Amino acid sequence: MERGGFLELRGVASRYGSTQVLADIDLSISKGEFVALLGSSGCGKTTLLRLLAGFISPSAGEVRVGHRDVTHLPPDKRGMALVFQSYALWPHMTAAQNIGYGLKLKGVSRTEIATRVAAMQSLLGLDGLEARKPSALSGGQRQRVALGRALAVDPEILLLDEPLSNLDARIRLTVRHELRALQKRLGITAIHVTHDREEAMVMADRIVILNAGKIAQQGTPEEVYNRPASAFVAAFMGAENVIHLDGVRDGGQFVIAEGAANAKASVPLLDRPLTSGPVEARFRPETARLLTEGEVAAVGSGITFRGEVAAVSYPGGHWRHMVRLGQTEIMADGTQAFEPGARVAVHVPAEALFLFNASANEPASTVSRTTPGKVYA
Amino acid sequence: MTASIETVRRNPLAALWWVPRGIVFGLMAFFIFGPLFNMLLWTVAEKWYFPYSFPLEYGFGSWAKVFAPRGGALESLTNSLIVALLTVVVSLLLAIPAGYALARLKLPLRGLILLAFLIPQAFPNLTVYVNVARIFYEIGLNGTIPGVVLVHVSHGLVYAVWIATAAFSAIDVELEQAARNIGAGAMRTFLDVTLPLAAPGLMASAIFVFLESLDEFTGSYFVGAPDVNMLPLLLYTAGAGGNYQIASITALLLLVPSLVFMAVVERFLKADVLSRVGH
Repeated sequence: MERGGFLELRGVASRYGSTQVLADIDLSISKGEFVALLGSSGCGKTTLLRLLAGFISPSAGEVRVGHRDVTHLPPDKRGMALVFQSYALWPHMTAAQNIGYGLKLKGVSRTEIATRVAAMQSLLGLDGLEARKPSALSGGQRQRVALGRALAVDPEILLLDEPLSNLDARIRLTVRHELRALQKRLGITAIHVTHDREEAMVMADRIVILNAGKIAQQGTPEEVYNRPASAFVAAFMGAENVIHLDGVRDGGQFVIAEGAANAKASVPLLDRPLTSGPVEARFRPETARLLTEGEVAAVGSGITFRGEVAAVSYPGGHWRHMVRLGQTEIMADGTQAFEPGARVAVHVPAEALFLFNASANEPASTVSRTTPGKVYA
Repeated sequence: MTASIETVRRNPLAALWWVPRGIVFGLMAFFIFGPLFNMLLWTVAEKWYFPYSFPLEYGFGSWAKVFAPRGGALESLTNSLIVALLTVVVSLLLAIPAGYALARLKLPLRGLILLAFLIPQAFPNLTVYVNVARIFYEIGLNGTIPGVVLVHVSHGLVYAVWIATAAFSAIDVELEQAARNIGAGAMRTFLDVTLPLAAPGLMASAIFVFLESLDEFTGSYFVGAPDVNMLPLLLYTAGAGGNYQIASITALLLLVPSLVFMAVVERFLKADVLSRVGH
C-alpha cells in the first residue's frame, strides 16, 4: 500500500483544561486505507476522531486532507462522515430520511435521493424498513442506518467511533467482516476507533496504538502483534505474562543470565535495541509450552522456566495453567492438564519472547485484561 | 391480597379503612368540583335567590345578554385572544434563542440568568404594574394592545425561557453534531434537527404563556383599561356588580381554553423535559 499521505496529521495536540489529552500525533494515512485507532479508555482515541471530524480544535499542529489544510474548517465543510458510537439517529425522521438527509443538504433532487437511498438500503440489508423511525429498529438495524447515513454522502473519509460496541457479541462478528468488505468495495479511507484488540486486528490494514495521548506504535496487525515496540504494546496485545530477567548483549545474541526460576539461555537479538542489564520479558500464555521437568532437553532455542502449577482451568480448546515461578505467577496453555502442585517446565520459544529494557519507565504492568481471577482451580 | 387479609385478622377495624379515605376523597372532590358545578348552574340560571339551593328557572337569557353587542363580551374575548396569541409569539421569539443559549453555551452565572426571569413574579404585582402604567402612559403605550402584550410577556417569560431551556437541554448534542458532520450548517442544523425535537417542549411553554396571559388581571387592569378591555376585567366588573350569571359565563369562557390546553400540555410535556426545568 502506498503511503501517499491522503490524510496527514502533523504534531497534533489537544488539551482539555489543563489536561493534555493528545500530544505530538503524527500520522499519515493513504487513500483507501483502513486504520484502527486502538487504545484503552481515556487514551485519547475518541478525542482524536472528534478532532478529525472538526468538533474539537487542536491546540497545536495541523490536519491536512489531500494537501488541503482543514485544521480550522467547521465540521460541515470537511467531507468526513462520522458514525457515532450512540448512532445519533434523528428520532423524528424515518430510516430513509436519516439516510437521505445528507443528499438533501447537497441539493440532490427528490427522485435521485429516493433511488440512492433505496440503493443504500439494499446494500446494507435494510430493505422494507425505510418508513420506520429509529425507535422501531433493532440495535443492528440502527447501526446500519447510521452507517448508511454516513456513506450516502460519498465521504472522502469515514470515521467510525466504536460503531460495533453496542451490538450483541454474535452480530458484532459478522458486522466486522461486512464493514470491512464494504469499505474495500467502496474504496473509502476509514478510521476506526476501538478498544477491542481483536476487532482492530481483523478489520484494519494498519493499527495505531495510542497510550496516554501519544502514538505508542503503528504498523500492520502482524507487526504490532509479533514485534511490539514497547512493553505497553506487548501487554496491550495480549502478552500479559511478565518476568524480570538480567542479560547481556553478546554479538548477535542476547544472553540471559540464570535466575531463580530460569536456566541460562540466549536468544537472537535480531534488530531489537536492547542494552545489557535488567530486562522485562513478556510472552503470551498460548505461546508457552508446558512440559514435565524431565523433558527440558528436547526443546530448541528459547528460554525455559521452572515452576509449580498453582491452578488449572479449561477455558476451551486448551488447558490454562497458572504457574508459580518463584515470586511471580504466569499463565501458560497446554494441550493436557497438569495437576496443581506438579513441577513443570515452561518453555517460551525465542520468537515469542518479547524483551524490553526494564528502565523503559512505562507502567506496562497496569494493563491487565486477563486477570488471574478467571482461573477456577 | 394476603397482606390485607392478615391486617384484617390482626385488627378488625382495618376493614373499615375505606371510610376515612372515602370521606377525605369526597371532601377533596367537593372542594374542587363544587365551585365549578355552582358556576355551571349560574350560567344557566334565570332566577335564583336565597334560600333556594337550586335555581328556580333555567334558561340561556344571560348568554344572549353577554354576547349582545352592548355586552362587551365579544370585544373582551377578541382582545384577550389577540393579546394572548401575540404574547405567545413575542415570548417564543425571545425564549427560543435565550433557551438555546442557556441550554448549550457554557455561560457564566447561568443560574443567575435563569433566576432573573423570575424577578417580574418576585415583587408584588400591584407596585410593579402601577409604575409600569405610569411609564407606559408617558411613552404612549398605555391603553394599547402592544402595551398589554409587553406586560404579559414580562410576566410569562419565566415559563417560556425555563421550559425552552429544559426542552433544548433534553436534546442530545450528538444529534446536532451528526447533522453538522453530514454537511448541515449551524442554522440548518437548528431548523432541521434541534427545533423539531424541541417542538413539544416549546409547544408546552407556549401553552403556559397563553394561559398566563388569558388569566392575567392586574397588568391588564392598570395598563389596558379602560381602552383595552379583557375577559378577566369583564369578570371582575360583573362579579363586583353582583351579576353572577354574566360573571359565571365569562369564567366559563376563561376555563374552556385552560382545560383544552392542560390536556395538550399533559400530552406534549414529557418527563425528560420536565426533569430539566430550572436546571
